[in-house]
Order: sequence, then structure tokens, then C-alpha cells
Amino acid sequence: MKKILALLLVLVMVFALCACGQKASTGSVYWLNFKPESDEVLQKVAKLYTDKTGVPVKVVTAASGTYSQTLTAEMDKSAPPTLFVVGNANSVKDWSDYVVDLNGTAIANELNTDAYNLYDENGKLVSIGYCFECYGIVVNPDHVAAAGHSMDELTNFAGLKAVAEDIHKNAATLGFDAFSAADMDGSSSWRYTGHLINLEYYYEETASGAKWTAAPEALTGEYFDYFRNIYDLSINNSTTDPKELATGGHDPVNEFISGKSTFVLTGSWDFSGIAETVPNATMIPYYCGVPGEEKAGLNCGTENCWAINAKASEADQKATMDFLVWCVTDPEASRLLVDSFGAMPYKNAVESTNAFLAAADAYAAAGNYVMDWATNYQPGVDDYRSAAVSALNAYNADQTDANWEQVKTAFIDGWAVQYAKQNG
Amino acid sequence: MRKKRITNMNSQIRQTRLWSPLFLGPVVTAFAIGFVWPFIQGIYLSFCEFKLIKDARLTGFGNYLKALQDPTFRHAFWFTALFAIVSLVLINVLAFAVAYALTQGIKGSNLFRTVFFMPNLIGGIVLGYIWSMIFDGILGRYGTSIVMDSRFGFWGLIILVGWQQIGYMMIIYIAGLQAVPGDMLEAARIDGASKWQTLFKVTIPNVMPSITICTFLGLTNGFKLFDQNLALTGGQPIIQEGGEFVKTTEMLALNIYSTFYTSNTTSKGVAQAKAVLFFILVAGLGLLQLSYTRKREVQQ
Repeated sequence: MKKILALLLVLVMVFALCACGQKASTGSVYWLNFKPESDEVLQKVAKLYTDKTGVPVKVVTAASGTYSQTLTAEMDKSAPPTLFVVGNANSVKDWSDYVVDLNGTAIANELNTDAYNLYDENGKLVSIGYCFECYGIVVNPDHVAAAGHSMDELTNFAGLKAVAEDIHKNAATLGFDAFSAADMDGSSSWRYTGHLINLEYYYEETASGAKWTAAPEALTGEYFDYFRNIYDLSINNSTTDPKELATGGHDPVNEFISGKSTFVLTGSWDFSGIAETVPNATMIPYYCGVPGEEKAGLNCGTENCWAINAKASEADQKATMDFLVWCVTDPEASRLLVDSFGAMPYKNAVESTNAFLAAADAYAAAGNYVMDWATNYQPGVDDYRSAAVSALNAYNADQTDANWEQVKTAFIDGWAVQYAKQNG
Repeated sequence: MRKKRITNMNSQIRQTRLWSPLFLGPVVTAFAIGFVWPFIQGIYLSFCEFKLIKDARLTGFGNYLKALQDPTFRHAFWFTALFAIVSLVLINVLAFAVAYALTQGIKGSNLFRTVFFMPNLIGGIVLGYIWSMIFDGILGRYGTSIVMDSRFGFWGLIILVGWQQIGYMMIIYIAGLQAVPGDMLEAARIDGASKWQTLFKVTIPNVMPSITICTFLGLTNGFKLFDQNLALTGGQPIIQEGGEFVKTTEMLALNIYSTFYTSNTTSKGVAQAKAVLFFILVAGLGLLQLSYTRKREVQQ
């Protein structure tokens, strides 16, 4: 027993020494990834790169929902990540002192758009989008047709409402319902508190006449009633009684895939899972009754932005930059990444096969406006969203105007409160 | 002969002294690395503004001021205090009752002891999720949920922690009850003491050491509770109070945790200051309670 223990200790020591030795010589890459669902592919890409070039690439994925905690802890270590994700305004604030300015770098020159990059207030290019995503309402056209409707009706809120309510009313005979049930626990509450609410932010941003470059101090809430329109529609015409949403236990995408629902609030990241069983599924914008919404497009943006650690050694920074350029230019690597991420905004990356992103392109090509991810500016995002969840729970149980006022307080007043807290 | 023995002993003592660092060393080192150093650093950081520990910058007492002014911290304190007191009383009374019942020689005592102790072997996060399913399974029938009413959250936590800790405290009480001298009990019986008199005048004074340790554990556990709180309610529901959103079922440890991960340049230092205050509070209460109950222990 003692011998085995001693042997193990010696092995650990040898590995530790090896790890130190490797690092010192050529530079290495340590990518702290925040998307658990991409881990498998990233490990494959890392291995591919190491096999080809001999440069060690380590990919560590933070457990779901703990990315910022993991990043904080890892950055304090003696061998911090050389590559990590800075995906929204909050993170830019937190980490801009710790990252390399990517303006004019090799990876920046590979981009085909500036739309997904994040800058700090001094114009430093803090992080650079490596993929983009779109969200909206995913529709099963077969169900719409089976219910005696046509996809052409789904061009505004009135059309969507008529179809959804009709399907919900006849759910028993049709064998499927309108919306999937999305819970208010951590598994799904972001569909409302992070994504659906984006329509309020987006229209407010647009009304202000200029794109947000930083979080506004406060919101006016003038589009909040439109949010209520679609929110009410989606919870009251779903597979589940809204009173049960606080409890959890539903899997909205799975309900859609298994044919129980016609609509689900989700995004392009779910394409591969959905396309296997509903190959003609498509995505429509969040219709909420705003005038002129016939020209709406999908919500496109990203939280997936690479940042290079400025505190890493020169050799590590260079190795990381080389790795990134290889990721977006090598056909094999970019194929793997594009298939996992949806699409990458780089000149030499392979084409996307994601039909939801194709739908986004089609809307844009038809001259519809792209709704950007204003939601990325949510201040004090965790506390902000949990206050909203609390208010939505109360509203779901008892849909009164008084309870809706609480929801509005959480979303609109809560913004100012969290903003003050964060910048105070 | 006699002289030699003394020399022998002396040399033994000398030998022990010589080698003592070797035996004490690992524990002292581990304690220093794992506790003393982080503790000192923690106190230092409570006076700093920092994002990463290596970039900490000294700022003075501002963090403490901010911590004390934070309404969510104050709310968490009162909620935690209430929770600690209620759970302390309930857990100890029930644990003692169960222990008392299981030392009366009823059939299957060992099986019951094992079963009651078992919940203590499950981790707090797992327990939190399991109980949230149980509570929601029941509350869902009435169109509500554990995260929708702070009273549900409070009693939910009490039930959960009770379920987890009663078995553990029971084991301590059983050990105490078994150590009550039989002759004392016999003397009480011969003197005609009733069951209740025996319990309060003989048994309880004799198990005072167990009560000391169990109340100490109950009190500090109540104050330090974290995982169960995070998994069961996560602080929900949230109310708005004077321009601040207060998580109504958030306890001190969870409050410190969420402060630490708030995105703000000063929040980490403030969280650290809260943690130091938290330590002083728990240590102070623990010591007070120890000295109080110690006085009531019977020396045999």
C-alpha cells in the first residue's frame, strides 16, 4: 500500500515537472471556456492543434452557471488562462485591465464584421466575437399547417396570437399545444429574463436614436406592455398551467422535439438537436405588437468573445494568437467549431449549416431590422434577473395588474437600482 | 537503580522533545497553510479594494462601513438569527427526545439510530434540491411554490436542516444518556422520584456536556448555513424595500457569497469585510454560549 502511494506521489511529481518544463519552452494555450455544451468539440480542436503543431492547448470548462466565479479564481493562480471569454458589458468593466488590446491584431484582421466585438470606453478592443447566435421563436411548420393555418399568418403579433390561441384551444384534438412550457428556475428563466425581455430594451434603444455603447442609467419602460403581450401569450397558451412554472421540471426544447408543442422560445444553439426530428423547423422574430414589427428580424448577437490575458507571458500570448488564427482559418478546425457554435464571423471560416441562422440572414436580406442583444447591458445581471424571476413567479400564480406592476418594478426600476449599485 | 530509571525517563522525554517537531510539523504546517494564513489574508483583504487577490489595494475602513449600511446584509442577519434560534431549539429538543426514546431499550433501537443518522450523510446541495422537489410537489397542488413565499422558505429550511441534523445530535445525546450513572437513577427511583423528576433533576444535569456541545453545534451550524440555503431557495422571493431589492430568504453566508460575485470594483472587499464581521459574530456567540452552558455541567 505504502509502495503504491509512494509511486503515485512520484508520478504526480514527474507530471508536475513535465508540465512546468513544457510551459517554459514554447508557450502554451489555456482556454477557459464558458459553454459546457461546447466542451467536447473544443477538446477535440485542442488535441488536433497539439497533434499538428506540438503546442499544448488546455481547455477547461467552467461548470454551468459558475463561469465568473471560476474565472476569478483561475486568474489569481500562477498559471492563469491565456484565453478566456469576456462576453458582455459587465465583464468588459471587470476585465478590461487584464486583456490585450486586440485592435489590428492577426485575429482581428480575419473578421468579416465588427458587429460582435466589445470595446471599453477608451476604444480598446477588449474581446472579439468568435461566433454569433440568434434567438426568437422556433416554429414547427407542420403543426401550424395541421392546425389549419399557414406560416404566412405569422408576420405580426395579431397573427401569432390568433394561431397560438387557436392551437391551444384545440390542443386536445390536435394532439399538440401552442407553446412549450419554460420554467422559472435556472434551467429556463433566462428565456424570459434574458431573451424575451430584450425586445423591451431593443425598442427602447432604437427609440433613443443611438445604439447603446454602455448600459443606460435607467430605463423608461415605454415598451414594457409589449413584453407583456408576448409573455402572456406564451405562458397562457402552453402545455402547462402557468401556476406550475415556478416549480420546474419541464424541458421546453424537448417538448418541441417530441411534438408536444408548436412554438418554443429558444435560439440557434438548439438547431442540431431540433433539426434531427423537426428538419423544417424555422425561427420567427419576437412579435409583440409594436407598430411596424412586420419588418422585424431575429435577435442576433453573441456573448462568445475571446479575450487574451495581458498578464500571460509573451510566448503564451503569441501561442494563443496563433491558435486563434488557426481556429478560424483551418478548414477542419473551423468545420468542427462552426458545427458546434452555429456560425463564425470570419472571412476564411467554413459556411454555416444552421437553418435558424439562415433564417436570420433571410430576414436581414429582405430588409428587416436585426434586433441586437441589448440584454448584454443588464447591470448586476444575476441579482437583476433573480428579482425579475421572483416577480414573475408571483404574476404567474395570479395574473393581476398589481402583480404585473411588480414585474415592471423588477425589470425597469431594478435596472436603475442595479446600475447604481454597480457604478456606485 | 532508582537513579537509572530517572535518567531513562529523562532521556525518553528528551527523545520525545527532539522528535516532536517531526510529528507536530505536518499538522501545524497544514493548519498554518489551510487556516492561519488565509485567515490573516482575509482580514487584510477586508481593508482592500480588489478584483484579483494579487492586485489588492489598501483602502481602509470603507468596506466595513458599506457592509454595515447594506440593507440586504442587515436583513440577512435578522433572518439568520431567527433561523438559528428556531432551528437550535427544535433540533435539540427533538434530538434529545429521539435519543431518550431510543435509550429506553425498545426493540429495533439500533436500526432506528442508523436510519435517523443517515440524512446527515447526504450533502447539503443534494438535500436542498431533493427537498425543493418534495416541497414543490406539495405546494404545487395549491398553485404556489417554496420560492414564492418567504414563510415557506423559512420553514422549509427549518424542516430540511432538522431532518439533516437531528440524527447527528441524537448520536451525541445517546452517548450522553448512556453515560448517566445507573446508581444515580436507581437512587432516584428508590427515593420515589417520578419519571419527570428523574428526567429533569438527574438525567438532564448529567447530560449537560452533551447539551453544551449540541447547542454549540446547532448555533454555529445555524449561522453558517450555506449550501442548503443556496439549493433550496437561493434567497427567493425578492421584495423591493426602500429602493433596494432584498432577497427575503437569504442567510448571511449566502449574502456574503452573492456580494463577492456582484460586478462592482468594491464588492469583493465589502464581501470580505462582511465575512470578517460574520466570523466575529459566530465566534463571539459560540464562546458566550459555551461559557454559559459549561457552568451548568455537573462534575462527576
